[in-house]
Amino acid sequence: MKYADILNKYPFPQKVKEEINSELEKFNVKKTQARKIVERCFQAYLQNLIEPGEPAGIVAAQSIGEPGTQMTMRTFHYAGVAEIDVTLGLPRLIEIMDVRKNPSTPMMTIRLAEDYAKDREKAREVANRIEATYILDIAEVVTDIRNMQIIIKLDRVAMERKQISFEEVKKKIEKGLKESVLEDEEKMEIIIQIKEPSYKTLLSTYEKLRKMVIMGIKEIRRVIIRKEEDEYILYTEGSNLKKVMKMKGVDFTRTITNNIYEIYEVLGIEAARNAIIREAKSTLEEQGLEVDDRHIMLVADAMTSGGELRQIGRHGVAGEKQSILARAAFEMTVNNLLDAAVRGDVDRLSGITENIIVGQPIKLGTGDVELISKIGSKK
Amino acid sequence: MSKIRLQDHILVPKHEVMSEEEVEKVLNILKINKEQLPKIKAEDPIAKEIGAKVGDIIRIERESPTSGKSTAYRLVV
Repeated sequence: MKYADILNKYPFPQKVKEEINSELEKFNVKKTQARKIVERCFQAYLQNLIEPGEPAGIVAAQSIGEPGTQMTMRTFHYAGVAEIDVTLGLPRLIEIMDVRKNPSTPMMTIRLAEDYAKDREKAREVANRIEATYILDIAEVVTDIRNMQIIIKLDRVAMERKQISFEEVKKKIEKGLKESVLEDEEKMEIIIQIKEPSYKTLLSTYEKLRKMVIMGIKEIRRVIIRKEEDEYILYTEGSNLKKVMKMKGVDFTRTITNNIYEIYEVLGIEAARNAIIREAKSTLEEQGLEVDDRHIMLVADAMTSGGELRQIGRHGVAGEKQSILARAAFEMTVNNLLDAAVRGDVDRLSGITENIIVGQPIKLGTGDVELISKIGSKK
Repeated sequence: MSKIRLQDHILVPKHEVMSEEEVEKVLNILKINKEQLPKIKAEDPIAKEIGAKVGDIIRIERESPTSGKSTAYRLVV
């Protein structure tokens, strides 16, 4: 930056500095003049800062709440990116604020490492390793009641597409059922002999076999490969960040999920804060609503300030208020008052809500300062 | 395969443990004590990775959509 020496004297945010600098450079202003301009900019900047005592939280709540009324109320799914269902609109916003551990439509965007991203075959190979493959995807399973056997007839074409070998399938089944199996490589058949002569065992073994994940990650039900610019990207239905990040060929630094709780567990609180901002912003933007970033950032800060994710609501930000009256005013009035009475709690009336309830001035804006005048002192 | 460094992830901003003197300076400017800062758990994956202990203060350099770069502090609990 050409005018950095002048700008650095003022406590501007980085972005403001850059903006002023580029404007000054455009007109090629002289240093003496620039100094005056920057001074005027600083005055304007100070005037635009938020006032001390401003109820930023209430402003944020209303700024998100009002456009929220215009969002689609019903659970609205759409075939967006590569035909994957994603919850949108108000239900999704509520999901974000509630910090659901299992969102209704988890989804991942997986970027691939350099040597995999350009090659469709290699991308397909990674996708195969991630997508959950069940025995029914690659074989036909028949139960033979007379001989108490389960016969697995493997499909060569399906196996080739999934890039899995006969040996691997056999090993997986043996490990999963903890039983040895008979094999017939010529006919591509695996036979499981049930030792106990009971139909119940036969059926339960069949169920176990059907639910067994032969290959891939259990949570990931479907993978779609898409080419964006000159890079292949995988989109998945279902999410398991921890396992996917460790996969070979995956560029974990650019792999993300829409499950915020998972991000918190794997990448920590700051990443979760970023994820909340991203998700809330994209949900609002998708609905064509414009909310200032600062409001969303404040919500994300409130949710993450304790070091762990707190939801906005009864079990989180609102439920942890210290004042009894404030909690009673929010939800479950009788329960809160009763519990407080049993414990003999005291309300110090230090917050906003409780002071409104008892009819006292609140500590907001000009009410936040207390004036003391010295009577009788000279000047 | 090389070990995964969680800090390289695009969602994770830069974290670093601050020295005593730096902490003193920041708390003086903000006119608050340690306990008033936002918290980060000692079990937090990133806190673990940079080897932060309980009582330390972590400086976080966020990329903010409004101000370009912003600095935040968290107390390890």
